[in-house]
Amino acid sequence: MFLEETLKRIQSHKGVLGTIVVNAEGIPIRTTLDNSTTVQYAGLLHQLTIKARSTVRDIDPQNDLTFLRIRSKKHEIMVAPDKEYLLIVIQNPSE
Amino acid sequence: MPQKATSQKSKQVSPKVASQSIKTAPLKAVKPAVKKKDDENATDMGDVADEWMQGKTLLKPPDQLQLSEAELKEELTRVLTANNPHAPQNIVRYSFKERCYKPISNVDQLAIHFSLDGNMLHKDSDEARRQKARTSIAEEYVADSTAVDGSEDGRKENLGPDEEKESEDKGSRGKKEQKLTNQFNFSERASQTHNNPLREKASQTEPPPRANFSATTNQWEIYDYYIVELQKQERTKEKQKAPPVKKEDEKSKKKQSTTESQSDDITKVSPKVVQILERMVNQNRFDDIAQDFKYFEDASDEFREQEGTLLPLWKFQYEKAKKLAVTALCWSQVYKDLFAVGHGSYDFTKQGHGMLLFYSLKNSTYPEFIFKTDSGIMCLDIHVGHPHLVAVGFYDGSVAVYNMKEMGSQPIHKSTAMTGKHTDPVWQVKWQKDDMDNHPNFFSVSSDGRVTSWTLVKNELMYMDVIKLSVDGVALEGQGDDQLPTMACGTSFDFHKQIDYLYIVGTAEGKIHKCSKAYSSQFLETYNAHNMAVDAVRWNHFHPKVFISCSADWTVKIWDQTINTPMFTFDLNAPVGDVAWAPYSSTVFAAVTTDGKVHVFDLNVNKYKAICEQLVVAKKKNKLTHVEFNPVHPIIIVGDDRGYVTCLKVSPNLRKMPKEKKGQDVPKGPEVEVAKMEKILSLLREPTSAVKK
Repeated sequence: MFLEETLKRIQSHKGVLGTIVVNAEGIPIRTTLDNSTTVQYAGLLHQLTIKARSTVRDIDPQNDLTFLRIRSKKHEIMVAPDKEYLLIVIQNPSE
Repeated sequence: MPQKATSQKSKQVSPKVASQSIKTAPLKAVKPAVKKKDDENATDMGDVADEWMQGKTLLKPPDQLQLSEAELKEELTRVLTANNPHAPQNIVRYSFKERCYKPISNVDQLAIHFSLDGNMLHKDSDEARRQKARTSIAEEYVADSTAVDGSEDGRKENLGPDEEKESEDKGSRGKKEQKLTNQFNFSERASQTHNNPLREKASQTEPPPRANFSATTNQWEIYDYYIVELQKQERTKEKQKAPPVKKEDEKSKKKQSTTESQSDDITKVSPKVVQILERMVNQNRFDDIAQDFKYFEDASDEFREQEGTLLPLWKFQYEKAKKLAVTALCWSQVYKDLFAVGHGSYDFTKQGHGMLLFYSLKNSTYPEFIFKTDSGIMCLDIHVGHPHLVAVGFYDGSVAVYNMKEMGSQPIHKSTAMTGKHTDPVWQVKWQKDDMDNHPNFFSVSSDGRVTSWTLVKNELMYMDVIKLSVDGVALEGQGDDQLPTMACGTSFDFHKQIDYLYIVGTAEGKIHKCSKAYSSQFLETYNAHNMAVDAVRWNHFHPKVFISCSADWTVKIWDQTINTPMFTFDLNAPVGDVAWAPYSSTVFAAVTTDGKVHVFDLNVNKYKAICEQLVVAKKKNKLTHVEFNPVHPIIIVGDDRGYVTCLKVSPNLRKMPKEKKGQDVPKGPEVEVAKMEKILSLLREPTSAVKK
């Protein structure tokens, strides 16, 4: 319930292009974008998150990745990893 | 034979020395050796030799060596040695020691004329023993099989005992001999049996199911595994300790959890993660505000001599609270970005529900916590030590304590008519230090004239009236029935920062009473403060004697508790809703008025005028109701009667510290603030008007 509401709010934020929820295997389970884009984002970011998390934890196993932000020319991709899921939000911050 | 012939020749032709001596010379050495033989055969061959010799003329080979007589007579010794004439005599070997070729002295003189390898073995050698073993086994076998035959033959033939023995011997010898291959009469015979035809028979089974497994090991995966193991161990320990009833609960819980984990349930995403994401999105959207909040310092303050400004930052609003006015604001002391907003209504006629919202600066679009209440909230306070406990006072006179850790919308404690709730709106609540039994307790003041102390004992809220406010200035305990005690309406109170038992109460009549917790029937002091209800009273954070009060009569007054008259009076041209001291300075305070302006004063800079007077809310329709300074950051939050909370940044001019004289160390700390205030006050104080307690 809480998640649904929050996701709705995030989606209705100004500048947010889309939100995706990905499960532990990299399969998107909830999205507001079209299928092909979603699958692409999900697969690529899933791998990147695993790599980032591995990096952080290799340095100190008691540490863990909280979130990942990728800012590009056009927009910003924000990834928040969970134990079993991955939340992705694509926002255009300049608006 | 040829030697005999030559020896005969030599004898017969001895008179012919000249011609014969040549021939005999080389043969002289041989003479003594063959003499014996000559003697034996001399008589036999004499006649024959003579005849043979006479018939033959002496032949000289043409290539015979021509030697003189002297040379012919010369005796040459010829030695017969056992040396091998074919052995080399000049073998040279390289000597590494002397680094040159050296001749070997001893040369092998052995000459082998004939060699034949025999096949005889020493009977004690390994090979012989092996052979013996082989033959003995075969012998036994043969002996067993032929022993019977041999004995039978013996009997059958009816030979004599000797003959029998002989035959037996022969037989036995024959048996032994049979094993040895007879060299002369042996033929090897072999026969081949028919080979069984080979047939290949194969059967195939289903291959075992295979699955590809791959994994990586890292330091952190190992660490994770250890943690899981540790938790399992702890759980087993707890299970052992827990009673069986609990065990069943755990089992049922476990079952539920396993079924949930199988499905791709989206609600299992931890709310923290979503929260983080929302905050990130907000940060992006309000990026400039966040940057301003953190880094912006108004540079134009240098040009404005004393005045400062308030930079608007975030604006907090919740759609469901739009109709409600902000009636209370409170920052959390522990979480510096969290503040509570109480919604209700000041309008007597329009009373409805209320809301308690908690906002964080990190997310300005949506509150962190939402509590809906039946009655409008009039005041609230967050406990300093237990930041999850919030005390709330309602318009209907009840007080409640909310626990933020529990997500339920109901307070954990609520006072009812039975448990001593006020009969009029509660205007202020304030947490106190935990009492001796570590129970949290708070005070409340209400229009019904009571100041009540509430203690959370276990699961109950217990109340105790601390003092009853009365109009006359002296609390009446119980007079005669004919006189109704006229109670004053308390509208605000504040506890002294340093002195625990001391507090001041503002009333609706415009009076301020200084009270002590110890005295429940008498005020320590009364000040005739205002002409209208006292909206807020606040002690100074640093100076122990100073407090400030504001009222709807458009004034803000600063008092020294020892003096009956105010030290400072400021007229703000509009009813003042709230006033608050700044936590960083003893001389700075802010006041909000119903015309939407925020006035900031710094007594150190300007004793008569505000150094900042700014319209904060867009339209004048909005009345500002409350103001609060953040304990750490240079921001203030202002609430209005439309339900908006605006956050403003205080410009540097409003945060002035006393200027440092070059070369001197700046003393910092509350003492400085106290001294600052004291200096100001001392200018105003008349030594004779000091009132004793």
